[in-house]
Amino acid sequence: MNTPPDPGRLYREFAKGIWKENPVFVQVLGMCPMLAVTNSAINAVAMGAATAFVLIGSSFLVSLLRSFIPKQVRISTYIIIIATFVTVADFTLKAAVPSVHKELGAFIALIVVNCLILGRQEAFASRNSVRLAVADAIGMAAGFAFALLCLGATREILGSGSLFGHLLFGEHFEPWVIMVLPPGGFIMLGVILLFFGFLRERKIRRRTRVSEEAAS
Amino acid sequence: MNSNLVWIFISAMLVNNFTLYYFLGLCPFFGVSGRLKTAFRLGLATIFVMVITSLCVSFLNAFILPYAPYLRLISFIVVIASTVQFVEMVIKKLSPALFRALGIFLPLITTNCAILYLAISQTKADYSVIEGLVFAVGAGGGFTLALVLMAGLREEVELSNVPAMVKGTALNMIIAGILSLAFMGFAGLFSGT
Amino acid sequence: MTEVQLTISAGQQPSQPSSLRLVLTLGIAGLLSGFAIAGAYQITKPIIDANNARALEAAVFKVVPGSTRMRKLALRDGLLVPVAGDEPVTDPVVYGAYDDAGDFLGYAIEGAGSGFQDIIRLLYGYDPVRRCVIGLEILESRETPGLGDKIYKDAAFQANFEALSVEPPIVVVKDGRDADNEVDAITGATISSLAVVKIINTVTGAWLPDLPPPGEEPPAPPAEPDAPEQEQQGGER
Repeated sequence: MNTPPDPGRLYREFAKGIWKENPVFVQVLGMCPMLAVTNSAINAVAMGAATAFVLIGSSFLVSLLRSFIPKQVRISTYIIIIATFVTVADFTLKAAVPSVHKELGAFIALIVVNCLILGRQEAFASRNSVRLAVADAIGMAAGFAFALLCLGATREILGSGSLFGHLLFGEHFEPWVIMVLPPGGFIMLGVILLFFGFLRERKIRRRTRVSEEAAS
Repeated sequence: MNSNLVWIFISAMLVNNFTLYYFLGLCPFFGVSGRLKTAFRLGLATIFVMVITSLCVSFLNAFILPYAPYLRLISFIVVIASTVQFVEMVIKKLSPALFRALGIFLPLITTNCAILYLAISQTKADYSVIEGLVFAVGAGGGFTLALVLMAGLREEVELSNVPAMVKGTALNMIIAGILSLAFMGFAGLFSGT
Repeated sequence: MTEVQLTISAGQQPSQPSSLRLVLTLGIAGLLSGFAIAGAYQITKPIIDANNARALEAAVFKVVPGSTRMRKLALRDGLLVPVAGDEPVTDPVVYGAYDDAGDFLGYAIEGAGSGFQDIIRLLYGYDPVRRCVIGLEILESRETPGLGDKIYKDAAFQANFEALSVEPPIVVVKDGRDADNEVDAITGATISSLAVVKIINTVTGAWLPDLPPPGEEPPAPPAEPDAPEQEQQGGER
């Protein structure tokens, strides 16, 4: 337990969150904030940063204290730890960037019940060393932020014709307003998931073709 | 006053439907909407938890939080978790059959963000106890409505021939999008007149 | 060290740890989290308060053109009395706006009501001498992007509120203004336009009987000694 994990393992734990086990596109976790705040890229970035702060902080603490926390009360303790980080993030955002905080509103507080965070504590941080837990948390947070940004940027480009508030198209661009409205969130995420399904399908088909060729 | 209550109810249930407009409670919305019957039961349990939470939050807001506003989030979470635990115990005692039928869904209500959002927005809007109750029933009713509609649609879709690639979450998302689109028609139901 | 090993071995045993230990763990976690939160609150509160005050000030100065100083006024026993900015009040509140010389320019009044989607909260300037609305700022709304959100994004709609008579009550028209009390509705967002006007009419109707006659408004706040410094800070951000 005390031997430091080799760098290769650290990297693997980090990298899996971004693509192979991406919390949104593959595991379909943390949907509420995912859809609610992604009507613009800047909101997506703020939400991603806040979630990352909470996830990394709580993974670190949970992993550090994993041997002190009795099994029976672990969930309650995790929730207290997470809620503390969320409250701190909430105050900090409110003080530092009030305009963004106003846009995100209650969804900062709702990070507490983001199943992604509690899920990582239960599934990973509570049974791995601090370094691995932090690597895993950074990877998952990056994957989550990446997904938020994908969705936020697409919706903002299509729905308001801008990216990070800068207009992209000329005067005559008619924004596809539905994309920044709630239905657009569902439909866009559906389309993105469809794309991932397509990638997976193609990979499987290619693999079977390769094995068939090898067999013949 | 009465029209205000009606507005709170309709607004929480239809115009600003928690699930289809604010994207709250999506985990159970996608997880439990496979069968109509379970969806309906979970909806009822959620309404119940929401009503109790709303009462507790009114109490907290009146007596404790003015002195310690920074403990808001933590106290809400604790209230919700203990309410769910309490409801679980009561149902287990009173009706073991219903308890078995609800199974895993009861504890899952704790992590339903719709309930925490209810607590937060009730505080923000400064609702009285009665208004809070109406808001809770409206929001829970809206969640149940969305859940039941979704479950009905999914039971139908299951019978049709869908390409394997589309099946699953992607298809559910797009169905939810269309439902959400339909609910947008309720906007403007109660204003400017 | 021994304690750590003890707890580790206790954690590995399948047997139930004592309930005292469970309560203790939760208690310590709660206590630490309480300290952390209270600390963060203490550090951020002054900044958050300053942000809110600055945002409010900017909104008041916008809806009462030409104003540079403001003070919070609460309605107590039928009289408008000045209150400190951070004092919690349960009475209805308006903001008095004054120019550099301390002359009263108008009130900034807050109102809220149901819009097309959700509650609209707004602040508008009211000139008691001309008896008209002189400026409008939407504080909070979730109106449809591209249509309803023109209530705060569309300059032409905002221009309706630069000199808008409140007597007779404001009405919404669709074919251009031709009276002082008319607002030209936004095409495609009639309901949002109606909602804004309805809020202003209701709030004004409620406030008018309680406002003192023109000329008898509470005096301007005493000039703060550190005001210029604060202004500079505000300008830098």
